[in-house]
Amino acid sequence: MADILVLAEQQLGKLAKASLHAIGAAKILAEKTGGTFEIAVAGQGVAGVAAQLAGFGAAGVVALEHDALAQYTAQAYAQAFGNYAKASGARFVVTAATSIGKDCAPRIAARLGAGMAADIISIEGAAGALVYRRPMWAGNVIAHVKVNTPTVVVSVRPTDFPAAEATGTASLVQSQAASVDAGSLRMQYVGLEKVESSRPSLTDASVVVSGGRGLKEPANFALVEKLADTLGGAVGASRAVVDSGWVPNDWQVGQTGKVVAPKLYIAVGISGAIQHLAGMKGSRTIVAINKDADAPIFQVADYGLVADLFGVVPELTDKLAARKG
Amino acid sequence: MKILVTAKRVTDPYSKIVLKPDRSGIQTDNVEFKMNPFCEIAVEEALRLVDAAGGGEIIVVAVGDEEATKEVRTALAMGADRGYLIEADESKLDSDIVARLLVALVAKESPDLVMLGKQAIDGDNNQVAQLTAEYLGWPQATFAYKVELTDGGKGAKVQREVDGGVETVQVSLPAVVTTDLRLNEPRYASLPGIMKAKKKPLETLTPADLGVDTALKVETVGFEPPPSRAAGVKVKTVDELIEKLATEAKAI
Ligand SMILES: Cc1cc2nc3c(=O)[nH]c(=O)nc-3n(C[C@H](O)[C@H](O)[C@H](O)COP(=O)(O)OP(=O)(O)OC[C@H]3O[C@@H](n4cnc5c(N)ncnc54)[C@H](O)[C@@H]3O)c2cc1C
Repeated sequence: MADILVLAEQQLGKLAKASLHAIGAAKILAEKTGGTFEIAVAGQGVAGVAAQLAGFGAAGVVALEHDALAQYTAQAYAQAFGNYAKASGARFVVTAATSIGKDCAPRIAARLGAGMAADIISIEGAAGALVYRRPMWAGNVIAHVKVNTPTVVVSVRPTDFPAAEATGTASLVQSQAASVDAGSLRMQYVGLEKVESSRPSLTDASVVVSGGRGLKEPANFALVEKLADTLGGAVGASRAVVDSGWVPNDWQVGQTGKVVAPKLYIAVGISGAIQHLAGMKGSRTIVAINKDADAPIFQVADYGLVADLFGVVPELTDKLAARKG
Repeated sequence: MKILVTAKRVTDPYSKIVLKPDRSGIQTDNVEFKMNPFCEIAVEEALRLVDAAGGGEIIVVAVGDEEATKEVRTALAMGADRGYLIEADESKLDSDIVARLLVALVAKESPDLVMLGKQAIDGDNNQVAQLTAEYLGWPQATFAYKVELTDGGKGAKVQREVDGGVETVQVSLPAVVTTDLRLNEPRYASLPGIMKAKKKPLETLTPADLGVDTALKVETVGFEPPPSRAAGVKVKTVDELIEKLATEAKAI
């Protein structure tokens, strides 16, 4: 079959947006290698998700079905995807560097005897001599890596690859029983405490407003949320406030949290530690509000407002709301 | 409860990392080295789990050059019982080699749990634990936020930090666990701990001793500095900020 296999993620029948960026990366890879790509989705009763993937120009879409895949677990998914990749003869396996991608892609690489380039931001060079660029040291250095094995696994940073767009042609969609050895599985999904939010998700939002320790206490985080809501944006946070338990873990932006690249990023009361910058410096326009004129965040900000956030954030929120009318 | 835990030697997360002018690697003068912060959390959790289990043994391992002995000693000073240094040139390692070294050590030691940091803050690869788990055929719980032993120490219930919230998984032991930031606050080594650590067993091995092939699957062939952002401007008022965002940046 196709030489590139893209793993699409779904949860409860809903396709993850990050997977569209993985498909975008697969298209780039296909152009470079002159190959074709196939999309696989795993789960239980996922024919509907597979059908949603029919319009992206893939040589085929396959739904890998198994009871043991009803909820994501690393062991079962690695078997399903790994065994399918092996059987299909894919030379490249592409996934998004989401929490699921990070969790299971290395296991797939191990099953395939493949080398894996993690969290890549671009694919360079020509077929036979491909080089993957990836950030190291919290993005202070970009490394160029080459993979020496015949089969290659890559996880791609969604913010750095374009989301695939529908091409109009319909790929052949098939379902098949996934190859999973249920007896070998020694882990079970128990549950998910979901962070419910009516806001756009942090990684998809075109505006992100993040708050840091400068907000002083949890109740003041409402200032950041109100500004985000006025702009129709998502809310992010520095590690300092997540560690303090002010906001959900899922809101952390940075090297060890989420990487975001919205059109507009507003950092409120955040100093701009290198680990925080690693997660947001790809944003198109960055605004920093901080009372310390020497805060490192100003080195990456397009617009810096040196001021007490308690005065200017409510003012900014009110004036933006008034502009909207 | 027997736990194998890693202690990678990395650059201090608060050091400024820049490339050498010839781009062959990073400048290390004036850069401090220490244990990967996520490994510190793993060592701390191992200590707590052994306590919770009513006893056991913690074996710490670092893969790297001789200097990494310091990180092994630090973990021993925190309370681990024995250590290994697997001596290897850091620039000639990839995640897969490290994983296969751990697999070989697991064969030797038969631990109930292998605990690692979720990523090393230098390479940011986030792969070794998952590779190790697959090679062993073991379950894994990455990005742990809370770990509880269950079934009289035969299993573990792990809460994990994932996109969208906190997920809970149940794994049977033996298993691989990686630690996220909020799992615990690692203790500092006490002075008596440091004294005791000097006498704790520390064995040095090579990949050859463990029968591990060191051909690189993934090779770093070059480095470049990250794209720099052009310096921006300071605005004086909220009105000026809104004006710039609307007309110049067209961001609102
Ligand atoms: C292994 C590791 C991983 C990490 N990963 C991440 C990560 O992924 N993401 C992350 O964010 N951090 C991460 N960190 C932590 C990081 O190093 C910083 O400690 C953290 O980002 C600081 O958060 P902060 O900017 O909110 O707090 P601070 O550094 O304390 O900054 C608060 C800022 O608020 C300003 N301020 C105070 N009062 C006001 C006021 N009234 N008006 C305006 N401004 C005000 C201050 O001038 C200051 O600049 C990590 C650290 C380590 C060691």
